[in-house]
Amino acid sequence: MSKTEDKVKAPSEPLFSKKNRRLITDPLSDNNPITIQVLGICSALAITVQVEQAFWMSISVIFVMVFGNLVVSLLRNLIPSRVRIIVQLVIVASLVIIVNESLQAFVPDVSEKLSVFVGLIITNCIIMGRFEAFAMANKPWPSILDAVGNAIGYAWILVLVALVREVLGSGKIWGASIFGNNLPGEESGLYAIGYMNNNMMILPPMALIVVGIIIWVQRSMNKELVEEN
Amino acid sequence: MESTLDIFVKAIFTENMIFAYFLGMCSYLAVSKTVKTGVGLGLAVVFVLVVTVPMNYLLENYVLKEGALVWLNPEYGVSGSKTIDLGFLSFIMFIAVVASIVQLVEMLVEKFAPALYGALGIFLPLIAVNCSILGGALFMQDRQYSTILDASAFALGSGIGWFIAIVSLAAIREKIRYSKVPPALRGLGITFIVTGLMGIAFMSFMGVEYGKKKEEKTSTVSTVETSQIINEKLEQ
Repeated sequence: MSKTEDKVKAPSEPLFSKKNRRLITDPLSDNNPITIQVLGICSALAITVQVEQAFWMSISVIFVMVFGNLVVSLLRNLIPSRVRIIVQLVIVASLVIIVNESLQAFVPDVSEKLSVFVGLIITNCIIMGRFEAFAMANKPWPSILDAVGNAIGYAWILVLVALVREVLGSGKIWGASIFGNNLPGEESGLYAIGYMNNNMMILPPMALIVVGIIIWVQRSMNKELVEEN
Repeated sequence: MESTLDIFVKAIFTENMIFAYFLGMCSYLAVSKTVKTGVGLGLAVVFVLVVTVPMNYLLENYVLKEGALVWLNPEYGVSGSKTIDLGFLSFIMFIAVVASIVQLVEMLVEKFAPALYGALGIFLPLIAVNCSILGGALFMQDRQYSTILDASAFALGSGIGWFIAIVSLAAIREKIRYSKVPPALRGLGITFIVTGLMGIAFMSFMGVEYGKKKEEKTSTVSTVETSQIINEKLEQ
């Protein structure tokens, strides 16, 4: 976006103009941070064993991204470009500390399960990537929309992967059994007729394979996204 | 109590940064297109981990931990009357150490080892935002290693594990170029699946028992016991 264009459009542009809406909708599918831009995989995969963890992780990332993008966008003309990485890291780190302390205070057991991965939001490439690519060059409002779009694009993949792994791996959704009781000796529901959980799904490598399959499905539906080689 | 060697071997195989915790995945996927760049980034990660983890260890144990400031004044200790716990600052301190060390290392390498700089140069700045470096510091904090030697062994082991992972993936990707991959899976998709399969292969190291007598040390256990170990791991 060039500066002149920005100046002409800014005063009359409605808050949810077509261009602004695209900022939110694009990252949900065609420009998804995980499956297309390959950002933020690090933390995405490790915490997708249960939907609950994935949900809290998503909330944390949404919070950090929205406020981080807003702050960086407000400071964009004040940050000297030579030290911008460190400035950005400090902004993210402060926001992550807020998130971590709140998680410890309000949902202590989730915080325990997420362990170091909350801290690793700091180096989550999505956040740094959006700071660099968008917030450093755009006004606060579009930056917030961009953050919301990308964070939700990240969140839905995360929750989807967690859903697949939790349903197939432990037969539960959000900790509640859906296929009946599988305690030995008192099986009920599907387990009574011989169904078994796929323990493989709980192991870390399956997260990668599930994401691989999501990418496969997405690219089969949209041929434009197929890579050359 | 684990010995230093156990920590080292465990960090390379059982608790491999990539296959068990997915740390540093972004640069892992982006830079693993050829073996040459893979080796460059891998070496840079080993180097930076070995420098930053011990530094963060000192910071953690002499500044941040609850009662760590006891060397300033006995009253600041755990049992003192004015206990100080700066634990909440650890994220910001660790990342500041990592970012500044990376910058410093880059300048030093450029000045004193131009050949190495030629090989690592473009990768060093990338490393400040590589999750495996901050992850190394946070795991070190989480696991509370008892000496700085253990922390360094952990850092070296994780670095080597990361190196092995990126070089082997890069080698596989070089070969995959000559195979017929379904169009929609090309590039990213197949890379994910290959990494997943490599991860499953690495899971077999879970059966290795540590801390036994020398002759038993590397003997693997039967499949039944392996699955028990895996289940125990998952419950933790």
